[in-house]
Amino acid sequence: MKTSVQEIKDLTIGFQSQKGEQISILKNISTTINKGETVGIVGESGSGKSTLALAMMGYVKHGLFTISGQCMFHSNNLLEMENKELETIRGRKIAMIPQNAGQSLTPNLKIGYQIDEALKLHTDLKKEDRDKKISELLNKVRLPSPDTMAQRYPHELSGGQQQRVAVAMALAGSPELLLLDEPTTGLDVTTQAHVLELLNFIAKDTGTSMVYVSHDLGAIAQVSDRVIVMYSGEIVLDGPVRSILKNPIHPYTYGLLKSIPKLTLPGLPNSMSGSQPQPGSIKSGCSFYERCEFSDNNCKINSPTLEYIDDLNTSVRCFKHKELTNQNDLNSQTVKSIENKILKNEILDLSNVSISYAKQKFLEQLFNKIEDSNPTVKDIDININKGETLALVGESGSGKSTILKSIAGLLKTKDGIIKFEKDKVLSNDLKERDHSFLRAIQLIFQNPDESLNPNHTVEEIISQPLKLYFGLKGQELKDKIIEVLDKVRLGEFYLTRYPRQLSGGEKQRVAVARAFAAKPDIILCDEVTSALDVSVQAAVLNLLQELKEDFGTTYVFVSHDLAVVRAISDRVAVLYQGRLCEIGPSKNVYKFPSHPYTEVLLGAVLEPDPDVKPKLVAEDIVEEKPPENGCSFQGRCPRILGDICKNEVPPWQTSDNGNLIRCHIKIEDLKNQQSLN
Amino acid sequence: MFFLVIKRILLGFITLFIVSLITFVGVEILPGDACTTYLEREAYGAALEACYERLGLNVPAYERYISWAFGVLQGDFGYSLSGDMKINDVLGPRVKNSMVLASASILIGIPIALLLGIITALWRDKMPDIIISTIAIFSMTIPEFVSATLLILIVAIWLEWLPGIVIVPTGVSVYELLPNIILPVIAISMIMTAHMARMVRSSVIQVMASDYVQMAILKGVPYWKMVFKHVLPNALLPAINVVALTIAWLLGGVVVTEVVFNYPGLGRLVIESISNRDLPVVQALAIILASIYVSINLIADLMTLMLNPRLKSLQIKK
Repeated sequence: MKTSVQEIKDLTIGFQSQKGEQISILKNISTTINKGETVGIVGESGSGKSTLALAMMGYVKHGLFTISGQCMFHSNNLLEMENKELETIRGRKIAMIPQNAGQSLTPNLKIGYQIDEALKLHTDLKKEDRDKKISELLNKVRLPSPDTMAQRYPHELSGGQQQRVAVAMALAGSPELLLLDEPTTGLDVTTQAHVLELLNFIAKDTGTSMVYVSHDLGAIAQVSDRVIVMYSGEIVLDGPVRSILKNPIHPYTYGLLKSIPKLTLPGLPNSMSGSQPQPGSIKSGCSFYERCEFSDNNCKINSPTLEYIDDLNTSVRCFKHKELTNQNDLNSQTVKSIENKILKNEILDLSNVSISYAKQKFLEQLFNKIEDSNPTVKDIDININKGETLALVGESGSGKSTILKSIAGLLKTKDGIIKFEKDKVLSNDLKERDHSFLRAIQLIFQNPDESLNPNHTVEEIISQPLKLYFGLKGQELKDKIIEVLDKVRLGEFYLTRYPRQLSGGEKQRVAVARAFAAKPDIILCDEVTSALDVSVQAAVLNLLQELKEDFGTTYVFVSHDLAVVRAISDRVAVLYQGRLCEIGPSKNVYKFPSHPYTEVLLGAVLEPDPDVKPKLVAEDIVEEKPPENGCSFQGRCPRILGDICKNEVPPWQTSDNGNLIRCHIKIEDLKNQQSLN
Repeated sequence: MFFLVIKRILLGFITLFIVSLITFVGVEILPGDACTTYLEREAYGAALEACYERLGLNVPAYERYISWAFGVLQGDFGYSLSGDMKINDVLGPRVKNSMVLASASILIGIPIALLLGIITALWRDKMPDIIISTIAIFSMTIPEFVSATLLILIVAIWLEWLPGIVIVPTGVSVYELLPNIILPVIAISMIMTAHMARMVRSSVIQVMASDYVQMAILKGVPYWKMVFKHVLPNALLPAINVVALTIAWLLGGVVVTEVVFNYPGLGRLVIESISNRDLPVVQALAIILASIYVSINLIADLMTLMLNPRLKSLQIKK
C-alpha cells in the first residue's frame, strides 16, 4: 500500500478579470503524490504548472486566489492554513527548489547564512552543529571547498553552483516533499545533466518525494517515475513515465514529442500549429481542439473528462485516445530532411579572428589598438559557402554570440579579417561599413521581447528596414510589408498589433520578417529558438528553413542545443572558451571520432526517453578565462595527455569522414577510445 | 575601493571648481559691477574709483578670481557690499539657522517616510495603504508656499498655538529658535516625506515580488524576519540615492519656506542678496549650496557602495 504525501482535490485557482469575471488558471486538478515517488509535471509556458507547484506549498501568488478545492498534506489543507502554521511546514516538510537560483538567493546575505537560516528554523541544532551541517550539505551537493563557499555571496557563484546551493538549502530541513520548479532551465547542457544526476542521487539517498516541474521532456524523462502533462490549466495525461513518453495517448503529448528535434534523427521535426489558448478564452469543448489533428465535432462541443485506462495505468483527457493507443510511430518519426543548395563560393570568410573584451587603456585608444595576450575569442578560421547553414555550438562563455556580433559589426575585432563575398573586407567599425553590407547581413536575436520595440506596431517594425534600405513609401511600402508578413505566415490584421499583443512564436516571426525584409544574403541567428516553447520552436525552425529555400539565404546559427543544431545545419563548428575545437559536416560531427569536448557535450544531451541516460564524462567546472597556453579544453578534458596539452596549441587533424578536429590525440586513438564507450 | 573614494572626492572638487567659475564669470559678464550697484547714481568719478580700490576691482578678472578662489579655499569669502561686513560673519549664523531647520526636517521626515513607505508596501492595496497613499499624493501636489501659508492661517491665526512668522534676530541660540521652527519644519517635510514614502513603497513592493522573497517565504522564514532580513536591506539600498536627491532638493524648498516664515536662514539671504545685487554674497552662497549638494551625493554613493555586497566585491576584484 502506497502512502500518499500530498493529495490535491479538485483544485481550481484563478484571477478576477477587469470585467469582474472569474478566470481559471488551474481547472479541477486532482492528483496524489506518493511517498518516495518523483512526479514530473510537463507543460508549455502558460499551462499552469508553476501555479500548481506553488499551490502544493500553500502559496498563491499576489492577484490569484483559490476558487475551489484543496491541497491536502497529511490531512491538513495547506490552502486554508494560517501563515504561522505554514511556516512550520514550508522548508521543513515541503521544500522548494526554484527555477532561477540566481534570483532566488537573497543578494545581500551570504550563502552560509541562508542555509543556516533554514537550519535554525527547522532543526534544533546548536550553532557548532549547524556549522558542521552546512559543510555537510554543501558537500552533499558537491560544491568545492564548502567552508569558503559558505562565506560567499550568491553573485560570486556560477549558475550551476547557485542551483546547488538552492538544493542544499532545500535539503536543510530534511523535507518529505521536494518541489522543483524548472530547476535546470537556463543552465548549460553539461551542468544540467550533472544537476539532474545529483537530484536522482538525492531522491534515492533520502527517499524524498519529488515534484519536478519542467517544459523539458528530456529532463523529465531522466528524473521522473510518473509524468503529469498539463495543457491550458488542465491535466491531460497522467501515468508512468515510460507509458507517457513511449506511448502517448493524448494528441498534445503526441504532438509535443514529435516536435522535439532528436540527435538520432537528423532533419526538421513536425510542428504543431497554433498556440495555447489564453486563460478564459475556451468556453466549451476540449481546450486542445483548435490544434488537434484528431479532433471532430464532438470535441468542439463537449469537454472530455479525465478517464483512467486500466491496462496502461494512465489517466487521459481525450475522446479519441483509442485512436492513438496503437499509433506507435514515434520512432519512425517523420522529419523533413534539409537539402540546401550550397554554391561552392564563399560568402563569408573569417580568417584568424580574435575578439577581446579587455578595456582599452588611454594610449591604446589613441592608437586604436587592443593589447590582450589572451582574448576572449581567438584564432577563428571559418569560411561559409553561399546557401549554407553553419551552426556555432558551445556552452555559455564559448564566444559563439561574440563571433556573431563581430560579423554584424557590433563588436570590434582585435585581429583578423572578415571578408564578404571573397574580396570585400568588412570594416571593423560599423560606421565605416558600406550601406549595402549592412543590408546584406541581418541579425535575429534570442529574445523577441527585447529585440522588438514595445511602442512600435508590427507595421512600423517591418517598415524600418524597407524604408532604410529601399526607400519605399506609401502604398508600395504597405504592400511590401504585407508581402513580408505573409511570408512568415502572419495575416494582414497583424499590422496594427503591438508586440505585447502577440504570442512568443508570433513575436519571433515578426523578428524573422524584419530580418528578411532587408533581402539579406546572410542572416545571423542568435539562439533564436531558446526562449520559445518546444512546439513553437519546431514551427520557427521549419519557417526558417522554408524561407531559406525560397531565398537562398545563408544562415549562421548560434545555439547551445545540439539537437536543434543537428536538425537545421549543414555544418557545425564546436567552440570552447572562444577557441574552435571541431568543425565539419553536421552528419559527421555527431559521429565518433570527435573532439573530447564534443564528446562531453553529446554525452550530456537529454533525450526524451527514460532509457537513454546521459553520459557524464567531464566535470562541469566553470572556467572564467581561457588558459594562456596550450589547448583551450585542458582544464576539463577527460582524455588529457599531459604536459603537451598544457603547453602547445593542438594541431588541426582531419578525420576520415572529413571533420577537422583540433586535438593532440591522434585521430586513430580517439576513434579507438571513443568506440569503447 | 580606496581609489574609488579618492576619485569621487577629486571629481567633487572639480565640480565645485566649475561651479565657482560659472558663478564668477556670470557675475563678471552682467552689466555693471558691485560698485555701480552699490553706489547707484553716484557711481562715477572719485567715489567709483575709491570703491574699486576698496573692493579690489581694479585688477584684471583672472587675478581677482585666483585671489578669490584662494580666499575661498581658506574659508574666506571676502566682503559683502551692504554694510561692508565680512561675508563669513554674515553667513555664519545664517548657515547655522538653516542647518537647524534642514536637519530637523530630515531627522523627522526620513524616519516617517521610511515607516510610511514600508507600511504602505506591506499592506499594499489594503486600508492603511489607501489612506496613507492618498494623503501622500495630496500633500505632494500642494507647493510648499501654499501649505506654509495655510499652516500659518490655521495654526497661528485661527488656533493661535504657535507664532506665525519668526521674529527673532539672526544670531539667537538654537534653544530660542526651537518653538519657531515647528511650522516651517512641517511645511518643508510634508512634500519631502510624501515623495520619499512613495519611493520607498515602490521599492519595497518590487523586492517583495522578487524570486528571493518568494523563496524565503517558501523556506518558512517568519514574516517579520523575512521583512527585516530579506526585504528591507535590498529595498532600501536604492532609496539611499533618492533620499540624497530629496535632501538636495530640500535646499531649494528651504529658500521658499524661509521667505514665507521670515526665517533668518540661508534661503532668505539668497533672496535678499539677489534683490540687493550683493554679488559677492551670491557667489559665496552658490559655492556653499553646491558643496552641500556634492557632498550629500558623495556620501550617498559611498554608502551604497559599502552596503551593497555586489558592488563591494566588484570594486575589490578590479
